[in-house]
Amino acid sequence: MITINHYMAVSAALLLIGTVGVMTRRNIVVILMSIELILNAVNVNLIAFSKYHNQVTGQVFAIFVIAVAVAEAAVGLGVLIAMFRNKGTVQADEVDLLKW
Amino acid sequence: MSGDTFFFYAFSALALLGGLGTVLLRNAVHCALALMTSLLGVAGLYLLQGAEFLFAVQIVLYIGGIMVLFLFVIMLVNLDQASKLQQFGRQTPIALVVALAAVAAIFSMLSKSAVLLPASVSLTPLTGGNTETVANVLFTDYLLPFELVSILLLVAVVGSVMMAGKRTE
Repeated sequence: MITINHYMAVSAALLLIGTVGVMTRRNIVVILMSIELILNAVNVNLIAFSKYHNQVTGQVFAIFVIAVAVAEAAVGLGVLIAMFRNKGTVQADEVDLLKW
Repeated sequence: MSGDTFFFYAFSALALLGGLGTVLLRNAVHCALALMTSLLGVAGLYLLQGAEFLFAVQIVLYIGGIMVLFLFVIMLVNLDQASKLQQFGRQTPIALVVALAAVAAIFSMLSKSAVLLPASVSLTPLTGGNTETVANVLFTDYLLPFELVSILLLVAVVGSVMMAGKRTE
């Protein structure tokens, strides 16, 4: 029998995988992909609770999360292209102009 | 093992293995393909939970839209030499320690969730199809957030074109 706990466990695992990706990878494209993983983990949780409470509000929130994820991906990739044009790198730790 | 159980574990494995591939693989194109697998698994989980509309949105928008955007950018910024560099930053050990602590915290919470979870409530019995119900709620209770999201998307489109476009002085 699959309960809501199973979905919460999958969601938590996906969230942690994404978090590790954001914290450890150097390539900014992969960091943006890990952020997508995190947002998907949130959505799994929202859908699971939407089913649990037998209401669609969770699904509506998931739609909002997807819309924000799309905006984030578009802006993030735009910033990435601008950065690649100006600095010629996609490694996160090579962009350290403000560091001393 | 019933069908539901089997498909839950199959889709979860797809989502989690795809996620691991995204984080661990060296070549960014392989990462994008692994992410696609993961999104497909998540879409399957939506379907199992009766969210058919979100299943379709996930396939069309994420796998069809965002992933194409990622692949385009990967080809634009030419990641061939980037895949030969060191992939994990210097903060990796600290990040792994923090992540393990988070794993311990979250899963100890989950093991107690039977006590913490509120009882299931079902205020309004769902009638009609999933898409119809979602649309009804979206366009009545959440109309203002919906409009705000459309403004957000407009701003994001203009902003990303601004940043990615060529400067002609």
